[in-house]
Amino acid sequence: MTTTLPVDEKKDDYSVIGKNPHRHDGTDKVTGRAQYGADIRLPGMMYGAMLRSPHAHAHILSIDTSDAESVPGVRAVVTAKDLPDVESKIAELGEGTINLRHQSNNILAKDKVLYFGHAIAAVAAVNPHIAEEAVALIKVEYEVLPPVLNVRKAMQADSAILHEDVRTDELGKKGDSPSNIAAHFQNQIGDVEKGFQDAHVIVEREFFTSMVHQGYIEPQNATAQYSPDGQITIWCSTQGSFGVREQVAKILDIPISKIRVIPMEIGGGFGGKNGIYLEPVVVLLSCKSGYRPVKMTMSRSEVLAATGPTSGSYIEVKMGADRNGRITAVQAMLAYEAGAYPGSFVGAGMGVIFAPYRIENALVDGYDVLVNKPHTAAYRAPGGTNAAFACETVIDELCEKLNMDPIEFRLLNGVKEGDRRVDGPVYNRIGYLETLEAAKNSQHYRTPLEGSNRGRGVASGFWFNYGGKSSASASVNSDGTISLLTGSVDIGGTRTSIAMQLAEGLGISAESIRPAVADTDSVGYTEGTYGSRTTFATGWAAYEVSNQLKEKMLERAAMIWETEVNKIQFVKGVFLYGDKQITFAQLASRLDETGGPVVASAAVRPEHSGPAFATHIVDVEVDPETGKVQILRYTAVQDAGKAIFPNYVESQLQGGVAQGVGWALNEEYLYDDQGRLVNSSWLDYRMPVALDLPMIDTIIVEVPNPGHPYGVRGVGEVPIVPPPAALANAIYGAVGVRMNTLPMSPARVVAELNKQKG
Amino acid sequence: MPVVWIPSLLRELTKGERSLIVEGETVREVIENMESRYPGVKDRLCNGEQLHPSISVVVDGHTGMLKLRQRLHESSEVHFVIAMSGG
Repeated sequence: MTTTLPVDEKKDDYSVIGKNPHRHDGTDKVTGRAQYGADIRLPGMMYGAMLRSPHAHAHILSIDTSDAESVPGVRAVVTAKDLPDVESKIAELGEGTINLRHQSNNILAKDKVLYFGHAIAAVAAVNPHIAEEAVALIKVEYEVLPPVLNVRKAMQADSAILHEDVRTDELGKKGDSPSNIAAHFQNQIGDVEKGFQDAHVIVEREFFTSMVHQGYIEPQNATAQYSPDGQITIWCSTQGSFGVREQVAKILDIPISKIRVIPMEIGGGFGGKNGIYLEPVVVLLSCKSGYRPVKMTMSRSEVLAATGPTSGSYIEVKMGADRNGRITAVQAMLAYEAGAYPGSFVGAGMGVIFAPYRIENALVDGYDVLVNKPHTAAYRAPGGTNAAFACETVIDELCEKLNMDPIEFRLLNGVKEGDRRVDGPVYNRIGYLETLEAAKNSQHYRTPLEGSNRGRGVASGFWFNYGGKSSASASVNSDGTISLLTGSVDIGGTRTSIAMQLAEGLGISAESIRPAVADTDSVGYTEGTYGSRTTFATGWAAYEVSNQLKEKMLERAAMIWETEVNKIQFVKGVFLYGDKQITFAQLASRLDETGGPVVASAAVRPEHSGPAFATHIVDVEVDPETGKVQILRYTAVQDAGKAIFPNYVESQLQGGVAQGVGWALNEEYLYDDQGRLVNSSWLDYRMPVALDLPMIDTIIVEVPNPGHPYGVRGVGEVPIVPPPAALANAIYGAVGVRMNTLPMSPARVVAELNKQKG
Repeated sequence: MPVVWIPSLLRELTKGERSLIVEGETVREVIENMESRYPGVKDRLCNGEQLHPSISVVVDGHTGMLKLRQRLHESSEVHFVIAMSGG
């Protein structure tokens, strides 16, 4: 069930926005005609396979590829020696940054392997079986080193060191000696000591979360054609084709003008497909194999072992409140696993952890910590879920001690426009309190939960959202339709949500727009589909295109009626002049007689992306014998600004909750004591399936973002933030144990229950 | 003049000052003027002539996409926060 609650100051009368049209890519996807990266077949195509490290931490002493190269059918073998020796410098790639040398070494290990599954060498052969056979013949001599597998141990002075050249960075100040702590961040406002002195109740707890994977259905894949003239074409599964182009260009030291990236349909990314793994390798293999196209597709085991999971973490939280329930001070320490190379999302976690609350005294420290696990990547509100699990669980305990309703406590302390974040900036118009009111008034919250071993949990979440750079181009067709090109890969239905914003501006139907995702040579620069930015920013580009097309079509109408443009009105897709009128489609059929084609393009870089807040309610029943947690009911409330396509917004909320439930109850990377991943299949890495979840109800609150022409806020990320905390609080309500470790698997719940029994 | 909030890890250079009123019409000018009063600040915030990649500048509640070139007005509030990206 979806409920939409507009909190709009001005009444809107949209004819397209807020409706649920047929999605443009629906038929292709349900009939199997949509083309994904693994579907690519090119004449003379070779198949690639990768040799990966069996060790978590080892020096590479030698690599002998001669036996592999002599296998009939093998066309090329590449190792790190084939990669240019890039500098250890930070490159800005759209939204994010990357250390080029680290990324190069992650793509093919140079002198050291840093995690189980680290890529070492690749083979291209006439078929996949020969490629795999040849890979098995590559001889690597290792000097095995002790693995560093735990974030807290990695921070100790006597820990084995992953990178001798990494010094702890503290806002530009470098430490004196090698360390696994790549960076220390800090946010501080007010006087924490005094704030805790003023507290009537203080709760201080520690939390542990495991590394988890984004779990997209489609594995990473890439195909490259290196032409004799130096032009390169790459087909791949990515969240951002321009990002792939930039990264490949930097890693291989090739001008971006030589590279064309064609984004295929994508079977999920959730942040894990912003970076690159295979693309430079298939380019090199294509070049070395005599300019034959080469395709590589990862197995599920490779995806889990070697592509970006999100950080495991250790978090300490201390919060104090006065007798009335007002928060007086907060303190937190977050240590996030970055994996093999610096760059976890601990900074984002530091921003998320207390974001929903008005706090005058705060101290938050964050540490980016190297461990012998795959280099972490973004995962849906990266860093946020770990942080909220800690904070929102402590808040539940504060509420219990203060005998306060958890929503009333949050209403008392919740942020609104003008309040200051813990990292300093002041909020503009936000809708957190509105989500709380909607949750409080929901049928779910107003319905008492009855039965033994049952409990209800509440938690809130925040995500920054992002704007970024987007482009769109459109041309008017003579039948009244519009062909729309954007560079935004469509992961969650953004073709349609972007097309709807173009259609709204022109007063025509969403079905009249023919949206397509273009390659890097066919449309202006567009950042990837991440940061909950695509409907917001690329939608804004489409809005700008609609304004341009409207102006140009007004000129055509003026030409037909032989009058001035300013004497013509345009109302919901109809041009009006005196008693004359012509529809957009009718006018489109007369373009030839009024000057020929009408096209428009726009590029935007909006800054006012508008943060998102969510509040979730969950009911569970816990089996005290087995520790199994059964979810009975779940309601996700979220401020969407303006829901362009409500069905898609609902899907984003439900998808985020489903992933959050998996993270909360079952998912975790399991390593043996040598750092070998032991659950690298769907059978052993337990993601939730339909039977694990009830219908997830959604309440969409609409507090328009004043920084967008239609009031849009990003919606994709914040719904994964509250679920683990909401579930932990519900488990406490059910059986009285406070869970401080993710996942809250049956074994862990039973262990806590046994501790409770003494 | 714009008010600049000093990140806690930088306050060792600003003699503990948590915020400063600094003249400047752009973020770059503000940093240059801070540098003249508190030597070393620019080196911590910038990588050469660019804002350090791990830092975002937030002006009046919004991330300044123009970074050092971001325009300021008399009552602007400037923050240097941890740069981050999304999934």
